[in-house]
Amino acid sequence: MSKVNSMLQGTLNWVDERFPLTTLWKEHLAEYYAPKNFNFWYYFGSLAILVLAIQIVTGILLTMHFKPDASLNASGVPVAFASVEYIMRDVPWGWLIRYMHSTGASFFFLAVYLHIFRGMLYGSYRKPRELIWVFGMLIFFLLMAEAFFGYLLPWGQMSFWGAQVIVNLFSTIPFIGEDLSLWLRGDYVVGDATLNRFFAFHVIAVPLVLLGLVAAHIIALHEVGSNNPDGIEIKKNKDAKGIPLDGIPFHPYYTVKDIVGVVVFLMAISIIIFFMPEFGGYFLEYNNFFPADPMVTPAHIAPLWYFTPYYSILRAVTYPLFGIDAKFWGVLAMGAATMVIALLPWLDRSPVKSIRYRGPLYKGFLAAFVASFLILGYLGMLAPTPARAIVAQICSVIYFAFFLLMPIYSSLDKCQPEPDRVSPK
Amino acid sequence: MKKFLAAILFAPLLTFAAGTELHLDSAPDKSNDMAALQNGAKIFVNYCLNCHSASYMRYNRLRDIGLSDAQVKDNLLFTAEKVGEPMRIAMQRADAKVWFGVPPPDLTIIARARASQAGSGADWLYTYLRGFYRDENRATGWNNVVFENVGMPHVFWELQGDQAMGADHTLKLVKPGKLKPQEFDALAGDLVAYLKYMGEPVAEFRKRLGVIVLIFLAVTFVFAYALKREYWKDIH
Repeated sequence: MSKVNSMLQGTLNWVDERFPLTTLWKEHLAEYYAPKNFNFWYYFGSLAILVLAIQIVTGILLTMHFKPDASLNASGVPVAFASVEYIMRDVPWGWLIRYMHSTGASFFFLAVYLHIFRGMLYGSYRKPRELIWVFGMLIFFLLMAEAFFGYLLPWGQMSFWGAQVIVNLFSTIPFIGEDLSLWLRGDYVVGDATLNRFFAFHVIAVPLVLLGLVAAHIIALHEVGSNNPDGIEIKKNKDAKGIPLDGIPFHPYYTVKDIVGVVVFLMAISIIIFFMPEFGGYFLEYNNFFPADPMVTPAHIAPLWYFTPYYSILRAVTYPLFGIDAKFWGVLAMGAATMVIALLPWLDRSPVKSIRYRGPLYKGFLAAFVASFLILGYLGMLAPTPARAIVAQICSVIYFAFFLLMPIYSSLDKCQPEPDRVSPK
Repeated sequence: MKKFLAAILFAPLLTFAAGTELHLDSAPDKSNDMAALQNGAKIFVNYCLNCHSASYMRYNRLRDIGLSDAQVKDNLLFTAEKVGEPMRIAMQRADAKVWFGVPPPDLTIIARARASQAGSGADWLYTYLRGFYRDENRATGWNNVVFENVGMPHVFWELQGDQAMGADHTLKLVKPGKLKPQEFDALAGDLVAYLKYMGEPVAEFRKRLGVIVLIFLAVTFVFAYALKREYWKDIH
């Protein structure tokens, strides 16, 4: 036994002299001290990494059988669409891989939205974690791009018309719009050229950058240390060895805790994958089981649920300004709605970080923001009516007010004093 | 606060878009009725698979519903030579477009595509197949309650008979067919059950596997939770 041990130790030493394996292990796991008071909301970071891994592995397997080809086969079906059905039927376990990937996309956004919301609850974006937040928001933008490109690939009706609608948005930009959208599509309509370039973006370009940003996000986090539900710095109180008194090593404490989260998460995703893979048309839209047909415009084109809050903001802008189409200002508003989240570290002037010690003003604004976000998401799934447009406009104003008025209300708020040490569970 | 959050989180999922006017009859569930599925397959091959392809569906996949390769070869293999081939048709799409206005769609996953907030795809198909009525304004002489100005004529007219649209927007059987209304409903139910099966042949296996996966994960949860408790017992 001791012989085996010394051989293993020897190998490890050999590696360590050439690559900082033990150092990395210690810095990021065994001697990374995380606050001991993480609650429910702190599962979603590790779960987002889990879904990323699921999406990459299932994605690689899907790529082996998927064909990004918009031409029609002998039966008059686009090859890309038929190749997805081939995966569903003729590839062993292909249906499982495909459902994992399609359900994983929705769960990715679920995890990321909850992860972002956690940051807002406990002020995780505040100094010194501004860069973690900015990297995180870049990940969020790329994730949206990744989902958008990926949604075209099955080449169903919603894939086609969704891409058509979104790419056409760029044509509203003054002067360069028409040429820009033509350049993005690679054709005058969404076609084979679009499908192939979206495939390239979806399987390599975006994931590559995404992985780099995830690494940067985690490296930045481990540099400054994790925030916690009390929003206070555990590094302020250290023992003689320099270890935070309220910190515990990430491994084994949070690895074994996150495994519990992983199992619960796998149960939730399995319920969808095995019993309701379409999730009532919210995860796989029914209309997308019709192959793309450029001659037939669906009566109602709606993006998948994770885009609907921003889609609502886009549609809520109905006034042309300075002689430029309202659509252009809608696109701008939609873009601003996603970007403005990244500015939170510089908008928040509160003396405390966590919602636990914030005053009623912030809590009120946050509740209004959450409500407006959910209502916008709901409205984005429905066909527009004049009454719904007004509700969407009100909610859009609330959405932006939460951010743009934050410098005022967060500094006026009556906060409670923060404790010195994290509160026990 | 938590209850309030939960309420607003799930409210959008519960309140579906109301106001859709499509009324669908609910299709009988025959997903596990092998005799019905086999009868549905027979009807599909005899009545549908002349104009409509099912080009993602291989004949020998019918083993899922209890048909052996030999049975398929002897009774169902009209449009292909080998049981491993997909259900294609001989009709050219260009010809079909001239004859019907639009080429008849591939039906492999029609039961999934026709689902909506109004009902499942099976419900839509069940209503559609039984919803043809006489309309002299149409070139085919037929119209349909759920598919206005449908290009397809009523393929089962001999069996169902002629229906007419009454002034109260309900269908009435004006000329009985070879089958009694209940018998025709049963036939349509069998065909719909088959179309639903064909839309996702793995569906029944998927659900059975899901139960096993969830049991496995539930057991794993017990161990994972016990492990976490053991490690965390000294953290206060």
